Amino acid sequence: MKVLVAVKRVVDYNVKVRVKPDNSGVDLANVKMSMNPFCEIAVEEAVRLKEKGVASEIVVVSIGPTQAQEQLRTALALGADRAILVECADELNSLAVAKLLKAVVDKEQPQLVILGKQAIDSDNNQTGQMLAALTGYAQGTFASKVEINSDKANVTREIDGGLQTVALNLPAIITTDLRLNEPRYASLPNIMKAKKKPLETLTPDALGVSTASTVKTVKVEAPAARGAGIKVKSVAELVEKLKTEAKVI
Amino acid sequence: MTILVIAENTNSVLAPATLNTVAAAQKIGGDIHVLVAGQGVGAVAEAAAKIAGVAKVLVADNAAFAHQLPENVAPLVAELGKSYSHVLAAATSNGKNILPRVAAQLDVDQISEIVSVESPDTFKRPIYAGNAIATVQSSAALKVITVRATGFDAVAAEGGSAAIENVSAGGDAGKSAFVGEELAKSDRPELTAAKIVVSGGRGMQNGDNFKHLYTLADKLGAAVGASRAAVDAGFVPNDMQVGQTGKIVAPQLYIAVGISGAIQHLAGMKDSKVIVAINKDEEAPIFQVADYGLVADLFEAVPELEKLV
Repeated sequence: MKVLVAVKRVVDYNVKVRVKPDNSGVDLANVKMSMNPFCEIAVEEAVRLKEKGVASEIVVVSIGPTQAQEQLRTALALGADRAILVECADELNSLAVAKLLKAVVDKEQPQLVILGKQAIDSDNNQTGQMLAALTGYAQGTFASKVEINSDKANVTREIDGGLQTVALNLPAIITTDLRLNEPRYASLPNIMKAKKKPLETLTPDALGVSTASTVKTVKVEAPAARGAGIKVKSVAELVEKLKTEAKVI
Repeated sequence: MTILVIAENTNSVLAPATLNTVAAAQKIGGDIHVLVAGQGVGAVAEAAAKIAGVAKVLVADNAAFAHQLPENVAPLVAELGKSYSHVLAAATSNGKNILPRVAAQLDVDQISEIVSVESPDTFKRPIYAGNAIATVQSSAALKVITVRATGFDAVAAEGGSAAIENVSAGGDAGKSAFVGEELAKSDRPELTAAKIVVSGGRGMQNGDNFKHLYTLADKLGAAVGASRAAVDAGFVPNDMQVGQTGKIVAPQLYIAVGISGAIQHLAGMKDSKVIVAINKDEEAPIFQVADYGLVADLFEAVPELEKLV
């Protein structure tokens, strides 16, 4: 089966972001960018499905600026067969991204689409579910285990009280949770080979998708800073402070 | 304006996060209707009707809704949602699973995990693991929103007397089926609703050592949480994880034991009223957010703490 994986270029998860002084957003100039960690897990799962003989082809897609090619090349080095970049300079909302992905799904007709459960920049956790709604496919969100048998996908999901397993008719949409797998690193020879793999570039116009949104960001502020704390010398002092000063126990 | 709140429920019990979601709806203003979807949800509907400030409870009782499968529940919510100005759900695993599907079906953007209501169309929400707070404004006629429970004080669970009305809608979409679930059993308070949370990290060294935290938690009436490192190492199950990708908590007191304080962990607990850190590394980032820090070996400090509280 063909598997489509969506990846997003985001600020590296180790970077402590700073809000711009004019409150228009966070400062991303000269900041290290990477593939969103949940998307890495999605790519890894697709590659494992191919290694098991379940997937025949892995197509990786990203929607973003020209530089998102770097993240697509990374996915190709990890084992994806070819890449599609839907080039779009503006920051898009999840619904617009889902609509663009729907257009790519219509074109590619994959049996399985794997996305990360959320991007660590917008923290929305929407795109996979929205894509499932637009395509009419079943969704297996926050997946920690995926088993494909003929025309069904059994997905174990991380839910608030524990784990839940659902059976989805294929084609289906899956979003990855942290514990689905441990992504591999790209080897140097594979990074070199990835440069020769095909990468197609499309635009929202070419896909006939409007990216207009009804939600706009008015301003972005730094969160309220916590007052400086103190270091206590002993457990006795800690308990005393919690009882008399903070009055929380 | 009329607001539809999706009740978080397990068929028999109304989840407390619903009360926080109703609180957010009250801040928006207007009549509040609560939708209870599930199977055999009579008791939940009655509990929902008693919530202070709720004008009407809609009940969709159908075997197809028993496990909150989004393929079945989302079409119901989308159909009902058309006659409302806002559709709200708690940002729980169910809310996050179902609501974006509803939004896309209605062709509107969704606003995730709001922590404050500025006006009926303007909301605040954290982005970048809580390192920035965005104010977002929606011009859509229907606003689809998930609510971070810790951002709103729960409304009273008693005092209301809403009318209960059955809605006949939907059924099995035939796309998915429930297979089974494994729920972690715990007698301690629920993590996201607990007044005190004691969390352990990699410094606990193994799962067995978490017993020190359980003893302390039981004495304090606290819930026990964990960092991703402790979950990944297999010390505790993943539903105990606090952080950007786990649960968001904001208790009165958060005690972090053997947790370094990575950005992703802080995202889940830095709105706690008082933070205590116990760590032997005095350079650990957790001390930058802790109100009270104790540089000590947790295996000595935790038992001593347990004796003194």
